[in-house]
Amino acid sequence: MATNPMHQFEVYRIGPEIKLGEIDISFTNASLFMVISSIAILLVFNLGTKKNSLIPSKIQLLAELSYTFVSKMISDTAGSKAKPYFSFIFSLFMFVLFCNMFGMIPYTFTVTSHIIVTFMLAAFIFIGVTIIGFMKHGIGYLKLFVPSGVPIVLLPLIVVIEIISYLSRPISLSVRLFANMMAGHTMMKVFGGFVISLGIIGGWLPLSFSVALTGLEILVAFLQAYVFAILTCIYLNDALNLHH
Amino acid sequence: MIKKIFFQLIFLSFLLLGEAFASESAGMPQLNPEFWISQIFWLILTFGTLYVVLAKLILPKISANLETRKSQILENIESAEKHREESEQKIKEYDKIIQDSKIEAKNYFNKAREKILKDINLKKENLDKELNKEIKKAEIEIEDLKNKAPEKINKIAIEVSTDLIQQLIGVEVNNSSISAIVNDLSKKDKDKYYGN
Repeated sequence: MATNPMHQFEVYRIGPEIKLGEIDISFTNASLFMVISSIAILLVFNLGTKKNSLIPSKIQLLAELSYTFVSKMISDTAGSKAKPYFSFIFSLFMFVLFCNMFGMIPYTFTVTSHIIVTFMLAAFIFIGVTIIGFMKHGIGYLKLFVPSGVPIVLLPLIVVIEIISYLSRPISLSVRLFANMMAGHTMMKVFGGFVISLGIIGGWLPLSFSVALTGLEILVAFLQAYVFAILTCIYLNDALNLHH
Repeated sequence: MIKKIFFQLIFLSFLLLGEAFASESAGMPQLNPEFWISQIFWLILTFGTLYVVLAKLILPKISANLETRKSQILENIESAEKHREESEQKIKEYDKIIQDSKIEAKNYFNKAREKILKDINLKKENLDKELNKEIKKAEIEIEDLKNKAPEKINKIAIEVSTDLIQQLIGVEVNNSSISAIVNDLSKKDKDKYYGN
């Protein structure tokens, strides 16, 4: 059972079964790591803003650097109009980053390796962005599907393609994060299994691979959180500044 | 490069996954809907809480602090600029003072020099005048002496010659004839005796 690389993704109940009417909302290991990630974020940022001195301490500098990093990312991709959504994108980036990073610790659970979690985030972003788009531009938001400078003959085809690409946004956004996380963790587990099965003589090669993969996965964990946040910014930019 | 390796590794992992599935036939736990509702519920709960706390409590603090720092830095830069301008002004004033005092000193010096020169010139002139006067006086005296000298000599010569003649030959000689001879001789030898 332990050698199954998919075993790490299994969700199991922690504590008693909690039911809300007919719906099972039991506290699971996934829930545990969501809570841990959130608390860790709040702890870091609470410590970082506790003193708020003019010359920042190390942890304050960390908080401020994350702040400026995300705020620069948003202003670069979505412009100044996206300022009201800063808090959401910041929380999103931090949540995904911390969930990814906590998943890198052995024997932990990676929340973002579950399609349902990433899909819920992506779907929320998709619905939110669509609502913002229609609120800002009314029915004119549909112009998003009609790029300018396209020959009339090609227009029906382009519009169909644009609509499909727009509707596939939540899927691509969620699957990108989920697949990256799952693939990376599976791969590490597989190489870890090779180390055991090849033993003391042949196990060094997969072990070194495993070490290299750990570094790569940490990079991917950060990168995917960044990509997730920046794509959200780009979708938001489409909704706020309608131009093609 | 990293991307390429990364995708190759993913591809490899899926190959390996296929083998794993073949042996275990357990499938992906992600697609088991047993805990989907629970995950959604806890995601909304945790992420919602995180968002609310970050947006209402923590991020405003960070942004306020950043703003404070920014304004503080701007203020500091402004005051530094002010100080710089002030010091430049001071340096200019100082330069001006030095320049002015230099000019003043030069003026004083020039004035003093002129005064001294004037004094010297005046004194020199006075001295020159006096000297000239003295020289003229002396010249006149010399001229007088010069003019009187031949007469005196003639007189002496006449007397001497009269005495000489008297003692030599014991004859009273007429004064006037001797004086005529002496005058004649002295005229002849004037050049010889007086050199002019």
